[in-house]
Amino acid sequence: MALEVTQVLLNAQAIDGTVRKQAEESLKQFQEQDLPLFLLSLSRELANEEKPVESRKLAGLILKNALDAKEQHRKSDLVQRWLALDPSAKSQIKVCLLQTLSSLVAEARSTTSQVIAKVAGIELPQKQWPELIGSLLSNIHQLPPHVKQATLETLGYLCEEVSPEVVDQDQVNKILTAVVQGMNASEGSNEVRLAATRALYNALGFAQANFSNDMERDYIMRVVCEATLSPELKIRLAAFECLVAISSTYYDKLAPYIQDIFNITAKAVREDQEPVALQAIEFWSSVCDEEIDILEEYGGDFTGDSDIPCFYFIKQALPALVPMLLETLLKQEEDQDQDEGAWNIAMAGGTGLCLVARTVGDDIVPLVMPFIEENITKPEWRQREAATYAFGSILEGPSADKLTPIVNVALTFMLSALTKDPNNHVKDTTAWTLGRIFEFLHGSTVDAPIITPANCQQIITVLLQSMKDVPNVAEKACGALYFLAQGYEDVGSSSPLAPFFQEIVQSLITVTHRADAGESRLRTAAYEALNEVVRCSTEETASMVLQLVPVIMIELHKTLEGQGLASDERERQSELQGLLCGCLQVIIQKLGSSEPTKYVFVQYADQIMGLFLRVFACRSATVHEEAMLAIGALAYATGPEFAKYMPEFYKYLEMGLQNFEEYQICAVTVGVVGDIARALEDKILPYCDGIMTQLLRDLSSNQLHRSVKPPIFSCFGDIALAIGENFEKYLIYAMPMLQSAAEMSARTAGADDEMTDYTNSLRNGILEAYSGIFQGFKNSPKTQLLISYAPHILQFLDSIYMGKDMDDVVMKTAIGVLGDLADTLGSHAGSLIQQSLSSREFLNECLSSEDLLIKESAEWAKLAISRAISV
Amino acid sequence: MAPSDLRRPYKRPQLSDQQRRRELSLKRQEQSRDAELHARRLASTLLSLPPEQQPSESEPEPEPEPGSSSDYDLRDASKLKGPEARKWFAKQLMLPEWMIDVPHRLPHDWYVLPRPAGKRCFVVSSDGTTISRQRNGTILHRFPSALPHGSRNRDGSGPPSYSILDCIFHEMDQTYYVIDMVCWKSYSYYNCTAEFRFSWLESKLAETKARDPPSYYHKYRFSLVPWYDCDLSGLHKAYTGEVPFVKDGLLFYNRHAHYQPGNTPLALVWKDEYCSQYVIDTDNKGQVPSHQQVVLELQDDGKVTTSDDPPVVFSCLNLEFIQQSGLESGCLLRFAIGDGGLTIVDGKLERADLHYLGKSNRARAFADTYSKIMFQNMVRGSPLRIDDLVASISSSVDGASIPDVEMICG
Repeated sequence: MALEVTQVLLNAQAIDGTVRKQAEESLKQFQEQDLPLFLLSLSRELANEEKPVESRKLAGLILKNALDAKEQHRKSDLVQRWLALDPSAKSQIKVCLLQTLSSLVAEARSTTSQVIAKVAGIELPQKQWPELIGSLLSNIHQLPPHVKQATLETLGYLCEEVSPEVVDQDQVNKILTAVVQGMNASEGSNEVRLAATRALYNALGFAQANFSNDMERDYIMRVVCEATLSPELKIRLAAFECLVAISSTYYDKLAPYIQDIFNITAKAVREDQEPVALQAIEFWSSVCDEEIDILEEYGGDFTGDSDIPCFYFIKQALPALVPMLLETLLKQEEDQDQDEGAWNIAMAGGTGLCLVARTVGDDIVPLVMPFIEENITKPEWRQREAATYAFGSILEGPSADKLTPIVNVALTFMLSALTKDPNNHVKDTTAWTLGRIFEFLHGSTVDAPIITPANCQQIITVLLQSMKDVPNVAEKACGALYFLAQGYEDVGSSSPLAPFFQEIVQSLITVTHRADAGESRLRTAAYEALNEVVRCSTEETASMVLQLVPVIMIELHKTLEGQGLASDERERQSELQGLLCGCLQVIIQKLGSSEPTKYVFVQYADQIMGLFLRVFACRSATVHEEAMLAIGALAYATGPEFAKYMPEFYKYLEMGLQNFEEYQICAVTVGVVGDIARALEDKILPYCDGIMTQLLRDLSSNQLHRSVKPPIFSCFGDIALAIGENFEKYLIYAMPMLQSAAEMSARTAGADDEMTDYTNSLRNGILEAYSGIFQGFKNSPKTQLLISYAPHILQFLDSIYMGKDMDDVVMKTAIGVLGDLADTLGSHAGSLIQQSLSSREFLNECLSSEDLLIKESAEWAKLAISRAISV
Repeated sequence: MAPSDLRRPYKRPQLSDQQRRRELSLKRQEQSRDAELHARRLASTLLSLPPEQQPSESEPEPEPEPGSSSDYDLRDASKLKGPEARKWFAKQLMLPEWMIDVPHRLPHDWYVLPRPAGKRCFVVSSDGTTISRQRNGTILHRFPSALPHGSRNRDGSGPPSYSILDCIFHEMDQTYYVIDMVCWKSYSYYNCTAEFRFSWLESKLAETKARDPPSYYHKYRFSLVPWYDCDLSGLHKAYTGEVPFVKDGLLFYNRHAHYQPGNTPLALVWKDEYCSQYVIDTDNKGQVPSHQQVVLELQDDGKVTTSDDPPVVFSCLNLEFIQQSGLESGCLLRFAIGDGGLTIVDGKLERADLHYLGKSNRARAFADTYSKIMFQNMVRGSPLRIDDLVASISSSVDGASIPDVEMICG
């Protein structure tokens, strides 16, 4: 068998398809017949120095794939399978793996490092393979360089796979000691030093305790900073990557080193090769990210809510940092605006400058203005572009008071540059800058308007003109128009854009028809601008929005004509359908929100729905997300009339609910079920068995992305409200699901911010389900069916209250459920309610809340309770 | 050990328009859900609260009011029921503020309607009966009506549903004048604009026989109040036009405003002697007192405040005085405004010359609002006149910017 394995593995990489297929088939059979032997054979292949590199590499790869998968449910299957594997097979495999780390063949070592890390990722959390780290680290000083390198690489992968909690501090200390020694300048082998530096990148998350110790931290930081000066490019790069990771993981520990780091990064930005320079800039961008987050948490009132104080590193470095970033702006590449994948030092520096402006606000303006003034009129395009970019980058952050006078002066110049500058790059950045001006300094919240009756016409003329320019410039002009329209969002019933509405819409449609609209995202940008123009339009132009309906319908119709498309064409068709359905969604929502236009609009409903159904029919297995979103808006606009579309639409609704892979589609479809329940009320009843079956299946699946679960619970509530006591037959399925989700939310709370957010959205979904069910059963003779669930629900409310980590939305919904429970169950639940904590402390806390919605819900609950217990 | 992907968004907006569409959809769904639950809760309470005795206007010694809401305790719940219900209900109706300055853009953004004199109430029809409840929660009538499911007569062809109308009951012709619609056949209009609600109201009522004269299954007639765009001709019609009811001032509704429970500046009431008999507040005996009287709520810290949210502080009582008079926080107290009047600085109340008169009548659930006190104060000095409204409309039509109405009070 062993001999055969080599050949099969080689055949599996054969150029000849039949040979390959046969080999893959026999590997599969082998695996199915005897998994332990299969894995053991592979590990022996990997360990055997006499075997060809190719078969060893593939053996390692198959081993790795037998231990891990991207998909969550498959991954957990593989974990279980490994844990259940025969222990003696496992220990033999491990012996082979550890042995391979000493192989003379680099590829075999490298693959093995990854396999060991995968096994560790499964076993260490189970307290298995406790001797692994010890055996890797024993004698590390005496190892020949190639084995040392493989060992450090393994430690690095291991730190990536395993979470810090499962490794004792003692072992962490040993890992870090080995890694940092490997990084030291005294280490003779560059391979070892590189592997150590990369390993540190992953090990940083384990070093919490070590970073809190001044001496150890000083040592680590010294070694990292020294590595940034290594003659070897890869080592410098890896060292800067460590610095970037440290800036976010240990922001609060940076103070003693920040001056040195500034010197190191400044030198790298000015002198080093681009990959390193990019990391050096990224360090400062990452510090900006940290400080922006902290200052946001301060919320301006310095109550110190943040756990970590702001050290104002950016503010302190400002006089040196800004000139360094401004210099990078002059290093543009010739065609970077046409190249979607471009990323260079000028782009990184520009992005960094934007972040610095957001971090420090007004202070940046005087440091950037001289650069702009000096360069904006220079004959060299790089200087004009850099100056324009610098201007655009400081528009977010500084106050409107500081910026408005400058922008008022600059606006005319920018408009003229957009039409007259000979360089596309300059025009691109100019249009982007105009967009930023409109985004941040134009709108109802700004006191001194930048756009006035005097210049409005000129601005629009210039933008529409620019939409005829090359695709990348036209795209930015569309973007500018987007924000121009957005600024008039709350303008009331009369918009300054109204006189130009027709012309703007016409120009945007023309852009979408350009032969080169597929370049630079131009078509998308044009539709997005059109959407925003429609969203922010006023009733003066409602009739023109109505006229847009058949126009977009025809466009959508055109996409349905092509039959038997090649796959890339089909993708393009689907993308275009997405844009058109998105546009229709915006139009439907706009027209549906005002009575006279809605009345006229519903005449198109049949035709639009027909088109959406045909868009769905273009695909076999999935539904189109944008069409689904648009249908939700349509159901909202048509109300009960939507019932007539249900027979045909239902199968797509079900298909959307079954789409586990593209969970966004599933989530959107769940939302649409809610829209339809509200539109149809009890007319949704015939479809409820199917919908509920699917929703329950979704909930019990471990494949579905967790973010879809809260909306599914809310959707239970929507359905219960729509069909009232007919929800009875789903109670025995839905209630246990709600109950176990409630219990889960009590366990998961408080792990970290992200988990707390999720837990709160889960709670909110569960609570909305309860509210819907209680209110749906209100006044029904079947109310008593709910009584047995009341104790658990009240306990859930109490546990939320005790948890102390609910957000305002949960607070409002939870106290509302208390009211709904009291309202529907009345005196049957009186004594239960009186015993619950929620009806006392929680209610009182909500009653004295400053949030009006919470207070309102609480007053309702108080009233409902007082009735329930007085009867 | 993949190095972090460095690339950051460059010259592109952070949020894609598609993400924006998703979020706007979610927001719409969330709002619809909240509106529906809100309406159900209101309907449920309107229907099932036991009828109460109308609190007598002349009850001599008021019962002590409950403690402030934050020390609410279940043991007191049954005692609390009356006033709590009243407080809750009063917050469910959209309560117009008094017009103390003229809003900008009257002709563009506002409707005007003549306000019938009478009792403001919610009318809810469901399950074969119709109930009207006043602002303080007391039942005005329980009766059969031609509203959807409003009487046993209807054969119940449609699914069970409830409808809630915002009405004024006009005694003289025993008619409910509908001024707004909250729910119709279980469809919530809470998060619809006034424009939307008003334009539906007429056609919805027309689906039923609610506007027919009274009959066995339809005890009271329902009527519509005419509403106009608040331009010169609309204002003129509302102010001088013939209506079948006794007018008590004018109502102004911002056409973009949703139905917002509680006090709101997006609906306004205004009156003068020409269009109302009740411009200046009278006392129990129907006399105009020589000094303006106000009702304010006593807070824990001795401050006396309006019922606005947040409350406006008018004065602070001496703690000794509070103890001597046996007052508790939450009490509603009546004051006269002395010759010192109200001192307004930069649009904010700075000082009020208050004279304590006594506890307020038990029938009162609420202190006065700030806008009401200011309106009454202006009526006694320099009232906002119909000419001011006309002038505002004219200048708004001309496109000129409108100066804020200068208020000199006291």
